[in-house]
Amino acid sequence: MISRGFFGRRRPAEVENRLPPGQYLVTDFPVLSAGPTPHTPLDRWSFTLEGLVGSPVSWSWDSFLKLPSQAFTVDISCVTKWTKLGTKWLGVSVDTLLQSVHVDGTARYVMAFSDGGYTTNVPLAEMVNGQAFIAYQFDDKPLAAVHGGPARLVVPHLYFWKSAKWVRGLRFIDHDEPGFWESLGYNMHGDPWKEERYSGD
Amino acid sequence: MQPALEWQVGEVTRVRTETPRTKTLTLALPKWMAHRPGQHYDVSLTAPDGYRTERSYSAASEPERAGEVDLTVERIDDGEVSPYLDDVLMPGDQLEVRGPIGGYFVWDVSLGGPLLLIGGGSGVVPLMAMLRHRAAQKAPIPARLLYSSRSAQEVIYRTEFERLADGDGELEVVFTFTRHAPPGWTGYQRRIDPAMLDEVMQSLGNGVRSYVCGPTLLVEAVSNALVAMGLPAGRVRTERFGPTGT
Ligand SMILES: Cc1cc2nc3c(=O)[nH]c(=O)nc-3n(C[C@H](O)[C@H](O)[C@H](O)COP(=O)(O)OP(=O)(O)OC[C@H]3O[C@@H](n4cnc5c(N)ncnc54)[C@H](O)[C@@H]3O)c2cc1C
Repeated sequence: MISRGFFGRRRPAEVENRLPPGQYLVTDFPVLSAGPTPHTPLDRWSFTLEGLVGSPVSWSWDSFLKLPSQAFTVDISCVTKWTKLGTKWLGVSVDTLLQSVHVDGTARYVMAFSDGGYTTNVPLAEMVNGQAFIAYQFDDKPLAAVHGGPARLVVPHLYFWKSAKWVRGLRFIDHDEPGFWESLGYNMHGDPWKEERYSGD
Repeated sequence: MQPALEWQVGEVTRVRTETPRTKTLTLALPKWMAHRPGQHYDVSLTAPDGYRTERSYSAASEPERAGEVDLTVERIDDGEVSPYLDDVLMPGDQLEVRGPIGGYFVWDVSLGGPLLLIGGGSGVVPLMAMLRHRAAQKAPIPARLLYSSRSAQEVIYRTEFERLADGDGELEVVFTFTRHAPPGWTGYQRRIDPAMLDEVMQSLGNGVRSYVCGPTLLVEAVSNALVAMGLPAGRVRTERFGPTGT
């Protein structure tokens, strides 16, 4: 259906081609969260890999910062319709973390869990091979708490609610389970290019 | 898996001016479903060459009003969508939407109270749906709305708030004006702060459920303050739809 009298704001083709369907470009960094921002002191922060692993492993903040890190620049899309291009992060690749555990062959999905009780599910195959990071710097600065600091998951090829803020660990599981938003009507997978916003999309 | 939320073409049946920058569109929906107050609809606009963009707008009306939904849209001057909705759409026009959407920032009388609603600017829209629903259900649930606006001219639904609070001993609506208060105003004239929250909440008692909606800075300040005042984080539900301000 054509909307009478609507022409839209046009962007250069090189920008428009990077916007998934239905999304619009922002240059600021909007915030989406369901509740208050948690503030965990760094000396009480840890990051844990658990579930279907040989034996669980945990890092303190200091030991996490000593892991080999990687700078990466990615486009991010929020299900609330904004897309931000070329965001600059520093963090640890999930591939690097996985060198410290033996993941059971039956593991198929990952449930990320966060301070405040937030969870989100991602297929294991989409967390490896450079597709996912635990990021602690944004734009060369420590990641602000409103944006998920001290550390958040970044899985840029999925809608940004999958990039759990305030992340504290990953649980490996053998079947898919809904996390927080997924149990409230949002899509289990969340690929912005397929516009998988809501359950049933 | 739930069935897909389908796009549907609604018809604009009424356009009402709320403030110089805000209008309410009433849409008649062929596949209307009752929403939970706090939920929103996605709006999709398509240009003649197929270019398409989407935005979200909260349902402003109560779900008791079957077959139609009100969307209240604040015009952002350099915006792509809100000036179109406010200035171009007329009764008789069609608008593509899908919804209702969202399952966390929702309240209905079955959840009970006491209810603390805190809104800034157009963030008051989903809170209004909650209050209209509460009134339609004649539910004597204690409720407070603390509503921050830049000036009295920018207050959305002012007369309806007065009408709702009039004759409802359990509802209080409190305004604060952050830039210009009307002459003779004796109420709050500042941004929402912990002292103000404390005063507004005082008579509500324990077990408060709070819903905070507005620009990010307001939502951050208010939700942090409520947690610091002892509300469990799970009882502070937030929705942010303004710019970041950072
Ligand atoms: C769940 C949800 C519910 C929403 N409900 C409502 C509602 O009930 N009523 C309503 O009016 N809006 C609501 N919004 C906001 C709405 O979706 C749009 O973001 C808003 O109308 C601006 O769209 P636009 O195309 O006009 O501006 P855009 O072209 O997207 O943005 C133009 C510029 O304006 C800035 N901007 C965006 N929003 C605001 C704002 N609120 N104040 C000041 N500057 C802004 C942007 O950062 C950008 O710089 C809601 C958003 C969400 C996520």
